[in-house]
Amino acid sequence: MKIVVLMKQVVNKDAVLRIKADCSWIEESDVALQTSESDGYALEEALRLREAKGQGEVVVCSVGTHAAKSVIKDALARGANRGIHIINNEPHKLSPYQTAKMIAEVIKGENPDLIFTGLQSDDLGYGQTGVILAELLGIPHATIVIEIDRSSLSDTLRVKRELESGWYQWFNYRLPALFTIQSGISQIRYASLKGIMEAKKKEIKEIVMDAPAFSSAQKIQKVYLPVKTKQTQILGNGDAKRGAVELVEKLKNEARVI
Amino acid sequence: MILVFIEHKDGVLNKTSLEAITAAQAIAKDINDRVSAVIPCDDDKGLAQEIANYDLEKVIVATNPKLNVYTPDGYADAWAEIIKREKPQYVVMSHTYQVRDFAPKVAARFDREVLADVIRYRKEEGKFVFTRRIFLGKLDADVVLQGEAPYFVTFQSGAFRPDKAEKGSAKIEKVEVNVSEIRMSPEEPFQETKSEVDLTKSEIIVAVGRGIKSQENIALAQQLADVLGGDLAASRPICDAEWLPIDRQIGSSGQTVAPKLYIALGISGAIQHVVGMKNSQVIVAINKDPEAPIFDIADYGIVGDLFDAVPVMIEEIKKLKG
Ligand SMILES: Cc1cc2nc3c(=O)[nH]c(=O)nc-3n(C[C@H](O)[C@H](O)[C@H](O)COP(=O)(O)OP(=O)(O)OC[C@H]3O[C@@H](n4cnc5c(N)ncnc54)[C@H](O)[C@@H]3O)c2cc1C
Ligand SMILES: Nc1ncnc2c1ncn2[C@@H]1O[C@H](COP(=O)(O)O)[C@@H](O)[C@H]1O
Repeated sequence: MKIVVLMKQVVNKDAVLRIKADCSWIEESDVALQTSESDGYALEEALRLREAKGQGEVVVCSVGTHAAKSVIKDALARGANRGIHIINNEPHKLSPYQTAKMIAEVIKGENPDLIFTGLQSDDLGYGQTGVILAELLGIPHATIVIEIDRSSLSDTLRVKRELESGWYQWFNYRLPALFTIQSGISQIRYASLKGIMEAKKKEIKEIVMDAPAFSSAQKIQKVYLPVKTKQTQILGNGDAKRGAVELVEKLKNEARVI
Repeated sequence: MILVFIEHKDGVLNKTSLEAITAAQAIAKDINDRVSAVIPCDDDKGLAQEIANYDLEKVIVATNPKLNVYTPDGYADAWAEIIKREKPQYVVMSHTYQVRDFAPKVAARFDREVLADVIRYRKEEGKFVFTRRIFLGKLDADVVLQGEAPYFVTFQSGAFRPDKAEKGSAKIEKVEVNVSEIRMSPEEPFQETKSEVDLTKSEIIVAVGRGIKSQENIALAQQLADVLGGDLAASRPICDAEWLPIDRQIGSSGQTVAPKLYIALGISGAIQHVVGMKNSQVIVAINKDPEAPIFDIADYGIVGDLFDAVPVMIEEIKKLKG
């Protein structure tokens, strides 16, 4: 059994974002980077499925700059078998169709039984790279998968989708299939020291690829700080303790909610 | 032609589709075009009649017995056929979980992608400029469509008002569509066992996010909730980490609440959280990041460390309550 996991490098959640002078994107030069959150869960699920099966291969694939190599290395240290790094220097300029097209080119020959992706990237949040990839490969998909019935794995697999407002639904899929994984599906493991040592010997295939021509790509014209829509009273002027005193007073006498 | 998707479960309308109608009507006005609604189903159970009361060209009921339950394969086939027939300029939908599941698939069949989760749009030099939130709500991006129609656009819940959908009277057209092989088989949808707490009844909610840092620190938020006589709630990552049970989760995949007072401690304010609490009467945000999107909807804000603010709040409230 072969599982391909898509993992994307994004800026760290807590990083302070600085917008480029021409407003085309953010300054990426000195921000901390990390793996997009749900992709970590996608990898964890792939590893657990391989463990449950007692055999198989987990292949991690990322499209990104040279720096994105660290996402793959980290995945290998956690237990993935090998990595594919599609090197592209401006991944933020790729539209989801273009990203999916590049990945499709590369993994077609791998003939995976399963493909796991995150449900939505933490930076561009298109929420569709996986679904488009499934269509390009001609395989079925499900989004927002929150549980996988590992014992059901044969030439089919049973997965639980999250619906809105606390509803869920199980689906049975014939393999090959692609699933986009929701955060929180299973607790994520840490890389062990042994894992980190072993990762050094694992293969990472590098492929340099330009963006495929795609006339219908959505194009970002400008990024900027959202315009505030509500007047917020900011209390304490940077002093949280003073703010707390003022807040309680306001809640009592102005808003009258306590 | 502009096509708008009517989402339903067994003929019961998903109200966000009315927002989609409002959006589609707005776009139609701007490009001097007409809107038609599409209902994929086996039996519309009177829904077409309900939708025909809006100002639409027609309501297309796309039927096939295989559309009796939602599957991405079934819906993609139905949509592909309708799009080929109607040759729309735009296909407009609400960015619901179901739409996220099938819309990119339909678009990909036409060598397109979806301009997804749009919060607003404007016309500039005869072209539409759409705005999406990126970086988990921290920044906005103005985005333009390229290439040829059809263009697929989904709007975030709340971007347009459902009660602004214009009324009228539309004709109903039934189309039997072809659906080929469905490669997935759905079981019955269900809700997890009934939750122990009903946060929808709470008057005061203290909600914790990742800023609370560790499970031990939740005790501090609990103390604040206790002195206020309120209940504790959380953002998704806190429930994912099992620091609090899932029935405390607020947001699109958790509960929707509207208490008198909602205090968000170390919560960034991602849209999926905000949809679950934005109708609270008074919203307080305590966050050390002045740019956190939660401040966008807060009435009162403290920019700073929650571990400084909360103990002082507890003391002050105790004093008040004597
Ligand atoms: C399909 C889908 C469904 C989802 N459903 C939900 C849902 O139902 N509910 C939900 O909540 N989320 C949901 N999410 C996740 C959502 O997108 C966000 O990831 C999540 O809400 C973020 O939680 P958070 O604000 O606690 O964490 P973060 O975004 O990490 O924010 C933590 C905040 O704490 C602040 N902070 C850190 N330390 C301190 C301190 N000492 N003092 C003060 N502030 C501090 C930081 O500045 C930051 O703003 C969903 C996502 C998707 C894609
Ligand atoms: N550049 C990329 N490299 C690897 N995987 C990606 C890339 N972009 C998107 N993905 C995958 O597709 C998922 C959804 O991304 P998006 O469509 O941008 O929301 C992500 O969580 C990843 O699993």
